[in-house]
Amino acid sequence: MQIPHEVTARPDTGLYNAKLGIWLFLASEVMLFGGLFSAYIFLRMGAEDGYWPHGLLNVPVGAGNTAILIASSVTVVLAWASLKMRKFSQYKLWMGISILCGALFLIVKLAYEWPQKFEHFGAFIKKDAIEHYEKYLGNHHLKEKGLPPRVEISGHLHEVEIAADPAEKEKLEVFLKQHDLEAKPDEHDAKLQIVCSEKKDKDGKREGIRPGVAEDLEKVPGVKLIAFELGLDPINAAPDNPESDKPHFLYKGPTETPGKIERKDVEFYSSFAPKHSSYFAVYFTITGLHGLHVLAGVLIMLYFWLPIEGGANMFKRNPEHLANRVEVVGLFWHFVDLVWIFVFPIFYLL
Amino acid sequence: MSQAHDHGKEITPGTAHEPATGGDHPHFDMHLGLYLGVGGFLLVATAVTVWLSYVDFDKMFGGHGWNIIIAMIVATVKVGFVGAIFMHLKGEKKLVWQFLYFTLFFVAGLFLLTLLNYSDPIFGTSHAHH
Repeated sequence: MQIPHEVTARPDTGLYNAKLGIWLFLASEVMLFGGLFSAYIFLRMGAEDGYWPHGLLNVPVGAGNTAILIASSVTVVLAWASLKMRKFSQYKLWMGISILCGALFLIVKLAYEWPQKFEHFGAFIKKDAIEHYEKYLGNHHLKEKGLPPRVEISGHLHEVEIAADPAEKEKLEVFLKQHDLEAKPDEHDAKLQIVCSEKKDKDGKREGIRPGVAEDLEKVPGVKLIAFELGLDPINAAPDNPESDKPHFLYKGPTETPGKIERKDVEFYSSFAPKHSSYFAVYFTITGLHGLHVLAGVLIMLYFWLPIEGGANMFKRNPEHLANRVEVVGLFWHFVDLVWIFVFPIFYLL
Repeated sequence: MSQAHDHGKEITPGTAHEPATGGDHPHFDMHLGLYLGVGGFLLVATAVTVWLSYVDFDKMFGGHGWNIIIAMIVATVKVGFVGAIFMHLKGEKKLVWQFLYFTLFFVAGLFLLTLLNYSDPIFGTSHAHH
C-alpha cells in the first residue's frame, strides 16, 4: 500500500504525512527523555554531601563527541539541501559524512569511554572509618575550604588480599583458574592468606584485577576478602593538594601511588558501573538510551544512502520523496543532537 | 480516506506535483551559509559551556546552583538554534508548533513536579541500592 501525501502537502495539515508523523514521534520522545531528566534532578537533589561525584568523566572526550554530533547535524541538513537542489553526488558526500560521524560517536562511547568505567574501582568508606582514611580523603583540608567531603577512594585495583578456608580450597582453585588469577599464598599463615591479581598481558605482566572479578571472588565459598590494594586516583593520591579541590579539564587516570583499604571499612565497592551510584545509574541509563538513538539514526541514514530501492535509488524516480525522507531522518538526528546538548553539561561538567 | 486520489500515481521531477521549493537553487544556496554559521556557533557555544563550568559563579553571585542555571541557559540557546534553523521551526506550519506547545506544556509540568522535592525531599538517593 502506498502512503498518500509523501511528496505533496495534505490540504488540512499543510504538511506531507511523514513530517506530521515524525513531529508526533519527537513529541513523545521529549516526554521520554523528560522523564529521565527529571529522575536525574530527583536523584541529584536527594544525594547527600559528597555522594554526587564530579570529574569522573573525561571532559575533552565528551566535548569532542559533542562536536562530532554538531558537525553531523550540519552535514545532514546539507545532505537534505543538496537533494532539494538535485545535486546527487553532494547528497552522497554529506550523508556519508553524517553516517561516519554517528558511527564515530558510538565508537568513542562503546570502545573507549564505557569500558574504562567498567575497569575503574571505587570504594565508599563507612562513615565511622572515614577518619582512618584521612590520608587518601583529605577531609580536614576540604572542611577548611568549605567544600563537600569525600567519601570514596577510587583508582585501579591492583591486588586483593583474601583469607581462604583450607577446607574449601578446591572451589577457590577452580575460580582462580577460570579467571586467570595469579595467587601468592602466604606460607607462614595458618589460614590460607592469598594475594590475587589478574594476568592479562601476553608477556605475563600483571594488570591488576577487575572490580567485577573481585566481587565474584568474594562470593566463592570459604573466601573472605581482607583488603584492596590499588593505584590511587590523583584526587586520592594528593587529597590535600589544592589542585585536587575541583575537577580539571584534562582527565587524569589512576596513578601508581599505592593505597590500601581494609574490606571491613568499606560500605560498598564496585566498578564505575550503573550500580556504583545513582550518578552512574542515571548516566548509563540516559547515555545508553541516547546511544541507541544514535545507532538507530545511523542505520536509517545508511538505508537512505545505500543504492537500494527506498534508499538513494529513489533519486532517479522521485527525488522530492527522497528529500522528504532525508528531511525526516534529519529531524530525528537533530533531536538526538539536541538531547546530547543537555546530556554533556549535566554529566560531564556540573 | 479522502486522500486516496494520490494512490499509485508516479510523481516525476518537473511535473505539477512537485512543490515549488523543489529545485529552487538560489533559495537553498542562500541557506548553506546559514547552516554552516549555526554549526560554527554551536561549536563555539560548546567551548563556552566548558569554559563557564570552571568559573565559580556561586562565589561571584552568592548562593549556590548558579553554574547549573547558567549552563542550562547556554544549552537552551543552543537548542533554540538547532530547532529554529536545522529543524526549520522558523517558518514551520502552525500544526507543528501546536504539537510543540502541547509537548512543552506537559514537559514543563513534569519538571515542575521535581520542585516538590523542595517541600518534601527524598533523601538518601545516593545509596538507595544498599
